[in-house]
Amino acid sequence: MTEATPILPVEDDDEAVTGRSGIEIRNLYKIFGPEPERYIAAVKAGLTKTDLNRKHGHVLGLTDISLSIPPGRITVIMGLSGSGKSTLIRHINGLIAPTTGEVIHDGADVCRMTPAELRDFRRHKTAMVFQKFALLPHRTVLENTCYGLDIQGVPRRDSEPVARHWIVRVGLKGYEGSYPSQLSGGMQQRVGLARALANDADILLMDEAFSALDPLIRLDMQAILLELQSELHKTIVFITHDLDEALRLGDRIAILRDGRLEQVGTGQDIVLRPANDYIAAFVREVNRARVIRAATVARPVAAGEELPQFSVPGTEVLETVARHMTTAGVNHARVLGRQGQLRGTIAISDVLTAMVTPATAPAGPLAKG
Amino acid sequence: MASDCWSLPETLCRFPAMEAKTLRLMRKTIDDGFRDIVRSWADTIDAATVPLQMFLNALERAFAGSPWVLVLAVLLAAVWATSRSWKIVLGTAIALCLIGWVGLWQDTMVTLAMVSFCTVVAVIIGLPIGIAAARSDRLQRIVSPVLDVMQTLPSFVYLIPVVVIFGIGKVPGMIAVVIYAVPPMIRLTNLGIRLVDREVTEAAEAFGSSARQKLWNVQLPLALPTIMTGVNQTIMMSLSMVVVASMVGVGGLGKNVLQAINNQFFTVGFLNGFALVAIAIVFDRSSQAFGLRLQKHREAGHD
Repeated sequence: MTEATPILPVEDDDEAVTGRSGIEIRNLYKIFGPEPERYIAAVKAGLTKTDLNRKHGHVLGLTDISLSIPPGRITVIMGLSGSGKSTLIRHINGLIAPTTGEVIHDGADVCRMTPAELRDFRRHKTAMVFQKFALLPHRTVLENTCYGLDIQGVPRRDSEPVARHWIVRVGLKGYEGSYPSQLSGGMQQRVGLARALANDADILLMDEAFSALDPLIRLDMQAILLELQSELHKTIVFITHDLDEALRLGDRIAILRDGRLEQVGTGQDIVLRPANDYIAAFVREVNRARVIRAATVARPVAAGEELPQFSVPGTEVLETVARHMTTAGVNHARVLGRQGQLRGTIAISDVLTAMVTPATAPAGPLAKG
Repeated sequence: MASDCWSLPETLCRFPAMEAKTLRLMRKTIDDGFRDIVRSWADTIDAATVPLQMFLNALERAFAGSPWVLVLAVLLAAVWATSRSWKIVLGTAIALCLIGWVGLWQDTMVTLAMVSFCTVVAVIIGLPIGIAAARSDRLQRIVSPVLDVMQTLPSFVYLIPVVVIFGIGKVPGMIAVVIYAVPPMIRLTNLGIRLVDREVTEAAEAFGSSARQKLWNVQLPLALPTIMTGVNQTIMMSLSMVVVASMVGVGGLGKNVLQAINNQFFTVGFLNGFALVAIAIVFDRSSQAFGLRLQKHREAGHD
């Protein structure tokens, strides 16, 4: 089947979160070295990373990053090691100051805050989860969870119930008195997550939070995060080097390579319309059945066409749709939007085609409307 | 002469040292100048050292003058409080009884008073300097060579100015011991804080810790094992220094050792030496047990 699969816009499947501020990163440059200001003009004029390093001994961390992180969503920043993703996330809470550029949250530029303002911002607006957990070894699970509130100056009388609540939510009930060294990696990261959530901050920064965990535990933690997010709606920035993780968690994915943003979009955008060969090579091995949604491959309904009885939600991924359809023993189904409106029809053959067609770059036949 | 020089000219053969006259003048100027300064400040120095002197005397009286049963009980209680180990308490009791039995109780108590106080002073001085050095690379670059000098300069050399300034007695002895004992405290505090896992300190910052909160919640607790090693080393250095300090008038076991060296009293030398070793072991075991007890979270872990 060589016929192009039609793609419909999916915007109406996303509910916009209003009334809260996301994070706007604007024209961010970061040069590491003793005199970054000296070379910033040259870098903006096109001096390459290699030349900057070889001729001037400075390392170009990030080049012209502009990224808007929407509120209440999970934005995944994905890249291989050395791509600058950990540097980028540290700009959001000011752990690293940019050479030039802005990070705007709630009308304030994080990069221009005084140390006291920055401390206050970190205490109340952000929380962070670390790759190697970064728990305090001399504190129990309960005391570790209270940590952020301790720093805010909340008395233990008030912080302990909060901490206990989150310990239960991440599934560590009964371990309140244990020390981190008595827990497994997955359990330690649950403490890290509880510690961050106890802070009640709007922004949650997760720096390769699940990368140090075993694959099964990692899936577990991803499920916990998605479950919590479905009711908390925090602004989450999640760093990973794992594309499967990015696709599973990310409402939006930003791909970083050598300190530059290569592509920003939904998981589907990236899998179906990779911006260049680098990303195409990346997404080639992806399990497309778990990324592409029914609404994306649905065919528009021709006038007077007879509609199938069976229906599937447009937000379901193809894997689930295929399971539903084969279980029901049907070949055709209606695809419904979030509000139950008709988005089109889908045939089992469309599902299979979408699953096996590899992505090509740049924007191949799949991009045709 | 010429044959020794392999027919080289004189200046290339024998090092052209400054003239003896110049050296003499230099020596005289510095020594006299130093002495004059000390003389003109003598009253101030005395006024400053008298309270310390009185305190040291009182401490020594409390250790050496009280009935031995009382002192022994207090010491054993202190060892129990720090180590919580019956083995160490029992060992301490046996060691102290043996010391008393060979007639060294008084001298041992004098030494114990001195060492305890010097250790406390060294920790009080060393800990903040170590913390400051860990925070600032520049300070570390300044402190590090100073510590090298303090540790390698023969203690007799810096005893000379100390004696010129403070005279003979407990105060100069204490100063000499503290100078000798403080470097490991500074070094290991600095090292311990610098070795704290970067991700944990970063977490402290990410949650909005102030510098003080970071120090108390993260850096000091995580550096504790290394800092405790520093305290332990400081105690050991103080103990080994009391013999040298006895040369400037500090009493106790060190004085006996010094006399034994001068008179070739083999047995007296060894008895006093072993008494010092016994105290050292008691200090070492209790301080290590204390350090371990502070880190009970490390028990039964799996990482």
